[in-house]
Amino acid sequence: MSRDGQPMIALSGVNKWFGTFHVLKDIDLEIHAGQRVVVCGPSGSGKSTLIRCINRLEEHDEGQIVVDGITLDEDMRNVAAIRREVGMVFQQFNLFPHLSVLDNCVLAQRRARGTPKAEARERAMHYLARVRIPEQAAKYPAQLSGGQQQRVAIARSLCMEPKVMLFDEPTSALDPEMIKEVLDVMIDLAQSGMTMICVTHEMGFARKVADKMVFMDHGRIVETAPPDRFFAAPASERTQLFLSQILSH
Amino acid sequence: MSPEAPARPPPPRRNSISFSWLDGLLLALVLGAFGYFVWRTQTVLHYKWDWSTVWPWIIRIDPRTGGWVPNAILLGLATTLRLAVWGIMLAAVIGAVMGWARTSQRLLPRLISTSYVMLIRNIPPIVFVFVFVFFITSQILPSLGIADHVTRLSPEVQWWLSVLFGPTNRIENFIVGLICLSVFTGAYVTEIVRAGIESVPRAQIEAGNSLGLTPFQVLRDIVFPQALRNVLPPLSNQFIQMIKDSSLVSLVSVQELTFVAQDIQISTQRVFEVLLFVGLIYFLICWSLSALFGKLERDAIRVRG
Repeated sequence: MSRDGQPMIALSGVNKWFGTFHVLKDIDLEIHAGQRVVVCGPSGSGKSTLIRCINRLEEHDEGQIVVDGITLDEDMRNVAAIRREVGMVFQQFNLFPHLSVLDNCVLAQRRARGTPKAEARERAMHYLARVRIPEQAAKYPAQLSGGQQQRVAIARSLCMEPKVMLFDEPTSALDPEMIKEVLDVMIDLAQSGMTMICVTHEMGFARKVADKMVFMDHGRIVETAPPDRFFAAPASERTQLFLSQILSH
Repeated sequence: MSPEAPARPPPPRRNSISFSWLDGLLLALVLGAFGYFVWRTQTVLHYKWDWSTVWPWIIRIDPRTGGWVPNAILLGLATTLRLAVWGIMLAAVIGAVMGWARTSQRLLPRLISTSYVMLIRNIPPIVFVFVFVFFITSQILPSLGIADHVTRLSPEVQWWLSVLFGPTNRIENFIVGLICLSVFTGAYVTEIVRAGIESVPRAQIEAGNSLGLTPFQVLRDIVFPQALRNVLPPLSNQFIQMIKDSSLVSLVSVQELTFVAQDIQISTQRVFEVLLFVGLIYFLICWSLSALFGKLERDAIRVRG
C-alpha cells in the first residue's frame, strides 16, 4: 500500500488556530498502512479538528501533512487526490436526504471516479451487503434508524475504495442499542486490514481493535501508546484522570 | 406474527368539521359584501351588462376563408403564456446563477449579484420597465438587427419562431419585454435561491467534499436539489407574481393579455366585461401554476419519507 515503509499518514509540527484560539499545538503523528489508531480525549481537546485536517475539511496553519506520499497544500489537485484516498464517517451521518440509500453510495463513484453506472451500483450493493443492510437500498435516509444511517454512511465511503478511513465520533449521536451494530461493522472493517483513525469514546472497541491509542488534551497529543499499556499503565497523570472518569461506571 | 392479542383498532375520530356562530357571522359578512357590490353595480352605477360584445374578441370568422381564427384575446393570451413559460425559465437561470454568486466566497461575484438585487429590488417595477426598455434595450437591440435576421430565415424556421416567440414581425418587441420581465423577476428569485442554498447544512457540503466531489458537483448534485425543495413555496409565489407582472410590459407595447384588453375596452366601451373576463383568465393561469407547484411540493415531501 504505502511506499517502502513510508507512513500512510504523517503529520509533523501541525498547528492550527480558530481565530485566536490555538486548537492544535505542535502535532506529530505517524500512521502506517493497516494501523488502527483510536484518538480520545476530553471534548474541545482538538481530536475532531485533527482528523478533519487530514482530508482538508479544516486547513492547518503550520506544519506538514502528508497522506500516501501526497503533501496537503494550497493545490486543490492534491486536496482532491487525498480526498479520493481518504474516506470519512461523521458523527451526524450526513447522508444526502434527497437521494436513496443506493444513490447515496453511487453518486460519488460516478462523479469523482467516472465509474460506469452498472459497476457503481454493483459496488454499492456489495458494500451495503457488507454493512448488512442491502435490503434498504431503495429507501431514503429519513426512513432509516440512526444505526442504519451510519452504516450506510460507512458503505458510502467504502464505495470509493479508500486507503484510509476516518471516523469522527461515529457512535456519539446514536441510541445505545444501535451503537453495537455500527461498532460491529467497524470491527469487521478493522479485521479486514483497513487503515483507520477513529475519534471515539468507545473504549471497549478501542481495546479490541486499536494498535495505537492517542490521548489529546488542550490541542496537544499528551500520550501515544499501544492499548494494553494505555489502559493498564498510562504514563501521564492527565490520561489517568481521563480514563478513571470514563471507565468508572 | 406474534402470539399476542390482536391489534386494537384506533378509537373513532371526532368530527373535525365544526360550524360555530363565528363562522356564520363571517359567511354573512362575505355574502353581504358581495350582495352590496352586485346591488351597487345594478342600481347606482346603472351599468348595463352586455357580455355578447366580448365573445367575438376571443374567436372570429375570417371573412376571406370563412373559417374560425383566434382573435385579439386568444392572441394576447398566447403572448402572455409565452412570456410566462420563457420568463420562468430565464428568471430561474438568472436566479440560480446570481443566487450562487450571492453565496460565493469570492468578492466579485458577490459584489455583482448584490448590486443587481439591490438595484432592482429598490425601484418600482414600472420605473424599471421604462428605464430598461428606453435606455438599455432600445440602444442595444436595433444594432443586433434581429428583425432582419428573422426575415431571411426559411419559412419553416419562421413558423417555429412564431410558435415559440409570437408573430415574427414583433419578435424584437417580445424579446425586449421578456428580458425585462426576467431580469426583474430574476432579482427576487436570486434572493430565494440564496436563502435556499443557505438552508442546506454545511455538513452536507463537507460530506460531498470528503467523497472527493468538486465544488461544482457539490453545488449541482447536493446543494441545489435540497435548496430547491426548501424554497418551492416562495418560488411558486414568485413565478405567479411574475405572470401577473407580465401585464407591465403592455406599457412598452408587447401585445399580451392586458394590452389587448385595454384595446378592446376602448373600441367596445365594455369596461367591466373585458376586465372581468381577462381577470378570470389570469386567475386560471396562476391557479393552474400554483396547483402544479402544490403537486411538486407534495411529491418532494413524499420522496423524503
